[in-house]
This record gives sequence, C-alpha cells and structure tokens, in this order.
Amino acid sequence: MADNQMQGSEILMQALKDQGVTKIFGYPGGAVLPLYDAMHQQNAIQHILVRQEGGAVHAAEGYARSTGKVGVVLVTSGPGATNAVTGLTDALMDSIPLVCITGQVPTHLIGNDAFQEADTTGITRPCTKHNYLVKDVNDLARVIHEAFYVAASGRPGPVVIDLPKDVSMGFGTYLPPEKVKRKSYAPRLKGDPKEIKKAVALMAKAKKPIFYCGGGIINSGPKASELLTTLVRSTGYPCTLTLMGLGAYPASDPQFLGMLGMHGTYEANLAMHECDVMVCVGARFDDRITGLLSEFSPNSKKIHIDIDPSSINKNVTVDVPIVGDVGQVLEDMIKVWETSRAKPDQKALKAWWKQIDEWRAKDCLKFVQKGKVIKPQYAIQRLYEATKNLDDVFITTEVGQHQMWAAQFYGFEKPNHWLTSGGLGTMGYGMPAALGVQVAHPDALVIDIAGESSILMNIQEMSTISQYRLPVKVFILNNLYMGMIRQWQELLHGGRYAECYMDSLPDFQMLAESFGAVGLKCEKPEDLDGMIDEMLKTDNAVIADVRVDPMENCFPMIPSGNAHNVMLLGPEDEADKPISEEGMVLV
Amino acid sequence: MPVEETINFHTIAVLVDNEPGVLARVIGLFSGRGYNIESLTVAEISHDENLSRITIVTSGTPMIIAQIKAQLERLIPVHKVSDLTIDGPSVERELALVKVSGTGEKRVESLRIADIFRARVLDSTNESFVFEIIGDTGKLNAFVDLMKPLGLVDVSRTGVVAIARGVGSLEDEKN
Repeated sequence: MADNQMQGSEILMQALKDQGVTKIFGYPGGAVLPLYDAMHQQNAIQHILVRQEGGAVHAAEGYARSTGKVGVVLVTSGPGATNAVTGLTDALMDSIPLVCITGQVPTHLIGNDAFQEADTTGITRPCTKHNYLVKDVNDLARVIHEAFYVAASGRPGPVVIDLPKDVSMGFGTYLPPEKVKRKSYAPRLKGDPKEIKKAVALMAKAKKPIFYCGGGIINSGPKASELLTTLVRSTGYPCTLTLMGLGAYPASDPQFLGMLGMHGTYEANLAMHECDVMVCVGARFDDRITGLLSEFSPNSKKIHIDIDPSSINKNVTVDVPIVGDVGQVLEDMIKVWETSRAKPDQKALKAWWKQIDEWRAKDCLKFVQKGKVIKPQYAIQRLYEATKNLDDVFITTEVGQHQMWAAQFYGFEKPNHWLTSGGLGTMGYGMPAALGVQVAHPDALVIDIAGESSILMNIQEMSTISQYRLPVKVFILNNLYMGMIRQWQELLHGGRYAECYMDSLPDFQMLAESFGAVGLKCEKPEDLDGMIDEMLKTDNAVIADVRVDPMENCFPMIPSGNAHNVMLLGPEDEADKPISEEGMVLV
Repeated sequence: MPVEETINFHTIAVLVDNEPGVLARVIGLFSGRGYNIESLTVAEISHDENLSRITIVTSGTPMIIAQIKAQLERLIPVHKVSDLTIDGPSVERELALVKVSGTGEKRVESLRIADIFRARVLDSTNESFVFEIIGDTGKLNAFVDLMKPLGLVDVSRTGVVAIARGVGSLEDEKN
C-alpha cells in the first residue's frame, strides 16, 4: 500500500520485525484477534502459546535474561492484562527488558465497564517502567519503537502498550525505528571522570577492600562481566556477588567469596562488614544484603556504580557515587587504574586475605550426607558435578529454600546463565522462565531447579513445553513443605507449622507422563547420580522428583533484624541468637 | 554513617510532556513510595511543545528529598526536575478564593482585613464576600485564620507555583 499506510495490526507486526523480534509469548483473546490474524499471515515472528498469561511474562523474562534482548508478550484485555501483572512486577524489580502488548476494548467503550475491560494503564503504572495507551493508529509505530528503547536502555524494565481494538483495526502511517526520537529520557551512560579518579584513588589505598557486585553487570552485557573480572584480578581484591549477579564473576575463581546476603556465605558477609573500602558495582544495597541497616559495614568508604541515580543513597549513604553504565564505568576505571600504576598495599592485602581464609575455614556451606535420605544440598551438588563441564547450561529456579541452595551450590562461570526471581520472589517463575530460555537456546541444557510447592504455581506451562517439544528439565527438590515458610516458622513462631505442609501433591512422575514428558523419581542417595544421568540423556522434557530431607534448613542465615555479621551457621546456632520483636516484623 | 533527620520543605518544579496519565505517574510515585505532598499544581505551559509544569511542595529529610528528585527524573515523560528551594533564589506565589458570610460588624471587619492583605473582592452579596488573595503560603494561612471568626465558609486554594529568579529558564538547564 502507498505511503506506508497499513492497518494497526500490520503496523505492530512490521514494527516488531524492525525491532528484530523473532519470538512472542502470548495468549489470544477478543481484543487482540486482529493482531493474531496479522501474525497468522506472516512467518518472521513465531508465537509461543502459553497456558496462562502469567507464564507468558515469565517466559519472556527468561528469553530476555538469557539473550540480553527485549522479551515480547502479547495478551488480551481485562484478565489477560491482569494475569500479566505479577510477571511485569517481577521484571520491574529485577530490571528485565520486556515489551508487553495488551489488547484493550475499542476506544469508544473505554470507561464503560465493557466486557473484558480493565484500566490496564492504571493497573500497570506502578509495575512498569513506562506504559502507553495508544488512541490514534498514527501514533502506534512511534510508541512501539519508543517502548523498545525505553525497555532496553538505562536500567531496563517492562513497558506495556495498551492497544484498543479499533486502533489495531484502523489504518495509519508506519514509521521505521530510525525516525523515532524521544525528547526526554536520556539515561547517562558515561561515569563522571572526576568521581572515577576518586574511586580509583580510594581503591588503591584500601587495606581491606571488597567488590560487591550485582545484576547491573548482567544487564550491561557480557562485556561488563569480562571487564569486572579483569579489574578484580588486576587488583587482587576479593569479590562477592548478589543473587542477581551470580555469573558476573567466575564462581571457580579463588578471589570469589560466594554469594552475600541473608543466605550468603559467612566469608562474604563478614568481609562486607569488616571492609574499609567497598566497591559496589550494579547492586542496590537491598535489605537481603544489608541486614540491620544501622550496623551495615560501619567502617567502610563506599563507592557505588549504578545506572539508576535513584539507587544511589537510597538505603545506604555512599562516599563516591558514580552514575553510569557499569560496563562503560568499569572500562574507564580499568584505564585509570592502569595509568595511575596503582600499587595496593600488599602487606595489608595479605593480612586481609588471611582473615578471609580464616572465615572461609568455617566452611559455612558444609552439610553431611549420610543415611538413607537425600540432603537437598547434595542433590544440587551432584547436579552441578554432572553438568558443570557441559557447554551451555542454563539454570532457572522457583522461590524458596531450593532457590538458595541452588545459588549456594551451583557455580556459575558466565553471565546470563542463571535466572531467578530475586526482587519480587515470585514462586512459579522458574518453569515458564526455563521455557523462554529453551525457546531462545533450543540446543542448550535448561534446568529449572524447583520445589514441589512452587512448581505447582505454574504447572500448566508443562503443556506449552510439550507443545513446542522443549526439552526443559524440571528438577524438583521435593521436601513436602514450603520449606522456607517452615524454616521461618521454626525460627520465629515456635515451630507452629501453619499451612506450610503441602498435602495431596500430585504424583510428579505420572503428571510428567500426562503432559507427554518423562517422569523420574529418586528417593535414595545412591540412586541420585543415575537418575541425573538419565535426565540428562533424555531428549524430551523431564520432571525429576527428588525426595529430599523434609526437615533440612537453609544455612548460613542472617536472621531478620540482625546485622549482617550476625549469622546462624546451622541449627545448633539458633538457640544462641534469638530474634528480636523488631526482627519478627521484617520479612 | 551520620544521618540527618531534619525535615525540611522543598518546592520542586518538574517539566513534563503533557500526555495522558503523566500527573497520575507523579502522584502515584509519591503515594507508592510514601512521600508527602503538601501542595501540587499543574498546567500546560507550552502548547507547541506540549509541555506542562508541575510544582510540588514536599517535605522530608535531605536523603528523602534527594530520592524524590531522583525518582522523578526516572519517569519517562519528565524533562527536567529543579529543586527551587536549594537550586538558587526563587519566588513563590499561591492564590486563594475565600468566602466569608456574615452581617454587621463582622462583615465590615472582614473587608477591612482584606484591604490590609490587598485581597480583592470578586463577588459580593448582602451577607457574603468572595475574596481573591495572592501571596506566599504563610500570608494566605494568616488571612484564612483571621477570617475564621468572621464567618469563613469556604476556601479554594491553587497550591504553590514557583519560578527561579533571574534570566534562566527551567528548560535551559536541561542536562
């Protein structure tokens, strides 16, 4: 058609193609029928039909996190949009770039309580980075291109485009991406050179330094991880990663102290508490990291690199703030570090490492595998041993004890291979996320380390996995309890197990088979390796039901309300460190 | 870590795209994160460029005020955020419409006070006045307080508008 005149639905498809989109996760409905019709008539973009819209958003998150690209979701109005809300909030908290297109009732019905109408832009305003309601088809192309820019640039996040049915059916002009420029919103990428110099000077003088790094490095791209590794190695300083940052620095490196925070290692948390210079790169001083704020790392000078100015001084006051993309700042920092010929105080550094090694000697992740019951830690350790030498392994998780054990016992050498719901803590994230990863990486090994409770929250997506023949492996640590709830009830509520026992669980083997997948089960430690081998050998999707010790708790742990150097190392510690009433209020 | 706990009032000017939902975004930010709004005004200031200016009076510790500004700057339709309280000298004004009803001495007294405050009479009946008064928030508060015993029945206030002194414009200072 002349002059780029197209129907709204065609404008959408064209814009998505021009943005390089090849996969969409979605679910049809009345308000998006024209869009599905347009999609049906092209081949460039594949639609993955999920079983519930919540699954679509998590799948798109998995796709985005594992590729670095923007994940795309297409859902209908009303319930389609409201089902997407949890995933959108999850993506906002974990800074995952998404564009979610929601259908809407025709513009003349908006506000009339029409069938399947919801105020989608109103509902999603606080859980998106930005959202749009497109009322004129001539705005559509601009809005879509802008949405991709907003989702991916700066601190990434989810963007919703609410698209009334009459707009997707109307005719308008298509604009290619290069013709669209946003006047406001230009995130700052380059760090202030003065601050970078100050930071390097501070780092060079440090006697007890530490790198504390997070998901911002993953979001900045694989190059940022390489730069971080270069900088950490050239300084010789210890490095710890947040839950979201795992993989940003190789886990096998001797300078890596493990994950920090509530279930982080003893050495990482103690080093954070005792350090004199803290270099925070792409992390945000979350409450799971800091513990009791007033006692957080009391004697350190703090350097904070973050692309989001609102992350700086939000929870913890820092001495040297650097606003910018961590990749670019690290690059500049390495240059300054090299040209200034910074010579760290080797004697002090040696003493610092000696201290750290003493903390390490506590062996805070130790567990004893004996008897007839599989320890959950052992299950993850064996899974890690069986897969660590494979080429491309992606691990997703649900939320709870198994998530923390996976973070503690699975070592990540590369970024973008670990996907977990960190900020929002969304049970049911892992399987749809794994589905999204597998769509993006058809030949990779994708494992969802799950709990028996979490997995049931989005179990319907097994059907999607089956439809697209995605060989996702679901590795369930089945302890019959919402384990983290049980652990906290033991710690805070006198062991009164209110509603944390998962009764009437399905037979996961039969469940797998009913979805056309392979069901495996393992109850004895000596059978575990065999079952894992069988799981890895299977071309099909697998649900592996690993029966683990129902009473095992996740340690070490900073009990809520305590400083980050007050850690429970095991059950024997619980009695000595009772939790205050203020601590009980915290989550 | 010294934490300054003094709570101060700040007047913040925000230049935004005049698009649907922009005010809801700003208000939602304040309510969602538990910040205070003492007063808020908004109106389009440039039809050609489709820009609106929001003036917010808020209160908080220096750390909170810095957070508020950073959070506002993060909103996509926001072009510029300026803290008029600390970014340099500025002038602030507010307008109020004040209705007083009464007869006799009270009615005369209200008119006398209005004269002192340079309030204008916009509407009058035999037993009421509507005054228009312009000034800073303190002056308006004082006027309203004085009118209370004289038969104050209704107040409508615009909230504070503010602008920096001197030649610079909010838009010029765009980063």
